[in-house]
Amino acid sequence: MTSLDEAVGSKYDALIQSDRVHGSLYTDPEIFAEEMAKIYYTTWVYVGHESEVPEPNDYVVKPFGPQSVILSRAKDGSIHLLQNRCAHRANLVCDAPKGNSTAFRCQYHGWTYANDGELLGFPYKKGYEGADRSQLGLGKVPRVESYQGFVFGSFATEGPSLTEHLGDAAGEIDRLVRLSPTGKIKLTAGWLKHKAKANWKMLLENETDGYHPQFVHSSVFAAADSGIGALYSDNADAVSRDLGGGHTENDLRPEFRRLGNVMGWFGTTEDKVPNYVAKMRELHGEKADEILIEGSPHLMVFPNLFIAEIQIFVIQPLAVDETVQHVTAIQFEDGEEMNRRLLQQTIGSVGPAGFLLADDSEMYERNQRGVQARNPEWLVINRGANRERVDENGHLIGYNTDEVPIRAIWKHYKTLMEK
Amino acid sequence: MTAVAEGSIELGTIAQAEAEQFLYREARLADAHDYDGWEALWTDDAIYWVPAGGESAEDPNTQVSVLFDNRSRIGTRIRQLKSGKRHSQTPKSNVVHQITNVEVLGLQENGDTEVVASLLAVESRERGTTFWAGRVEYRLRRVDTDQGSELRLAFKKVTLVDRDQPLYTLSFLI
Ligand code: FES
Ligand SMILES: [Fe+2]
Repeated sequence: MTSLDEAVGSKYDALIQSDRVHGSLYTDPEIFAEEMAKIYYTTWVYVGHESEVPEPNDYVVKPFGPQSVILSRAKDGSIHLLQNRCAHRANLVCDAPKGNSTAFRCQYHGWTYANDGELLGFPYKKGYEGADRSQLGLGKVPRVESYQGFVFGSFATEGPSLTEHLGDAAGEIDRLVRLSPTGKIKLTAGWLKHKAKANWKMLLENETDGYHPQFVHSSVFAAADSGIGALYSDNADAVSRDLGGGHTENDLRPEFRRLGNVMGWFGTTEDKVPNYVAKMRELHGEKADEILIEGSPHLMVFPNLFIAEIQIFVIQPLAVDETVQHVTAIQFEDGEEMNRRLLQQTIGSVGPAGFLLADDSEMYERNQRGVQARNPEWLVINRGANRERVDENGHLIGYNTDEVPIRAIWKHYKTLMEK
Repeated sequence: MTAVAEGSIELGTIAQAEAEQFLYREARLADAHDYDGWEALWTDDAIYWVPAGGESAEDPNTQVSVLFDNRSRIGTRIRQLKSGKRHSQTPKSNVVHQITNVEVLGLQENGDTEVVASLLAVESRERGTTFWAGRVEYRLRRVDTDQGSELRLAFKKVTLVDRDQPLYTLSFLI
């Protein structure tokens, strides 16, 4: 290790301690630039879902860190992540948000690319005699892998596989898709894009913070007679968990099992969605009731994919103090009876006017103002450190209101930033 | 459907001046955060809708909207605002709605009068000043009440000009 590396290591040692983190981690533009290089342009980042490009030659423009990339399905069905930037002089190659096309043509000088990124041709080619076209394709995210239809990309040409990256978070994604009567979900309901003047880690930490709902969301628990609040009290059987690799969750299953209600996780009863429950029983037999009692995960996949039971959130950092949260309703393949409910619950709770997320977003922005303060400069993250324990799979767990997930995020963040 | 500048008894449309007065009143109640007064304007079958980007403005039943409230959800929204714990409205935004380009288009099949207008709502809170601009479609209905015949709002759709772009929190009554 060189002395410079040691200096970088000690910088984060000073800023990230076991029981507190320094406010500058949310405000320093240099740290933000380093995060983009070491996190967003190195590790696996969630980009989109295969159901957004169901047919050959479908494409959709998706956020990737502060930029956007084209997620395309080539004629042969393969999935590609292309930089939306012409190899000639950097103009835009795709100006539509989505569509179906075998090729993209840059409108500046007419260079044309196949939907796998290969250069097909340039106008007046005599001016390019001897050019090696294979070197003039669109920039590509070098590694692209999918898990249960979730497409991730990594700008690092080498490194852990997606399966290694996901680790035990993969099992939680399995738990989501098995709620679909075909084992497949669709992200076809469009996206809400909710902007906040806050650092992206304010969102990341909030997603599995089981301490805040009773306070931030008390207005909706009262106004809508919602049962969510009880899941995030110190008396609930639900737990918070460090899944490793910076992935975290609020595991609500112990509480749902204790209550033992089929569809209770969705705040409904089986007579409201009889066709769906019948399909699930036909498919899963005796195991169906367990699946329908345990419900869907509340899982934060580091650094940018949040599965909030019935929604998918994607965190997009734009600047040290500006973040967009993209969110859509999960839809089940062959699950019409559920899909309208999933959609309507999503519209009610999340996005800019959502009963829940408008207030979460207010908290991100207040936090961002707070971390500008001097004395104290630290954020305290030690809640429940006195009572965390290791579960049967070797993961650290705590009460659902404890800050086990926040400590897990910072532990992993530090290993990445010190590389 | 032909545009009707003045109210016509035969057609049953609402006159331009009466429609405008109603839209201005709705805007004033929203600006004043007079939640009860604003809620009382709606019919029982009301829809209050702010589409998101993409195909959301055409298909609220398969695509997410920023807001798509039926009457019962309007009630929930108002109860939440009145709880005093709607943090994104504590303190309340300072807002002024400007309603212009009001046009009475004609009658819906059910007898509601269709009115369109342009909206510019300027919101100020600690985050900064935000401009919310868009086209608004209203459906107004004359109902009989104890106070005599009054106008009510059966439908309001606010199609924001920047609905394809990321939006800040929208928790005042737009
Ligand atoms: S910049 Fe694209 S063809 Fe010139
Ligand atoms: Fe929250």
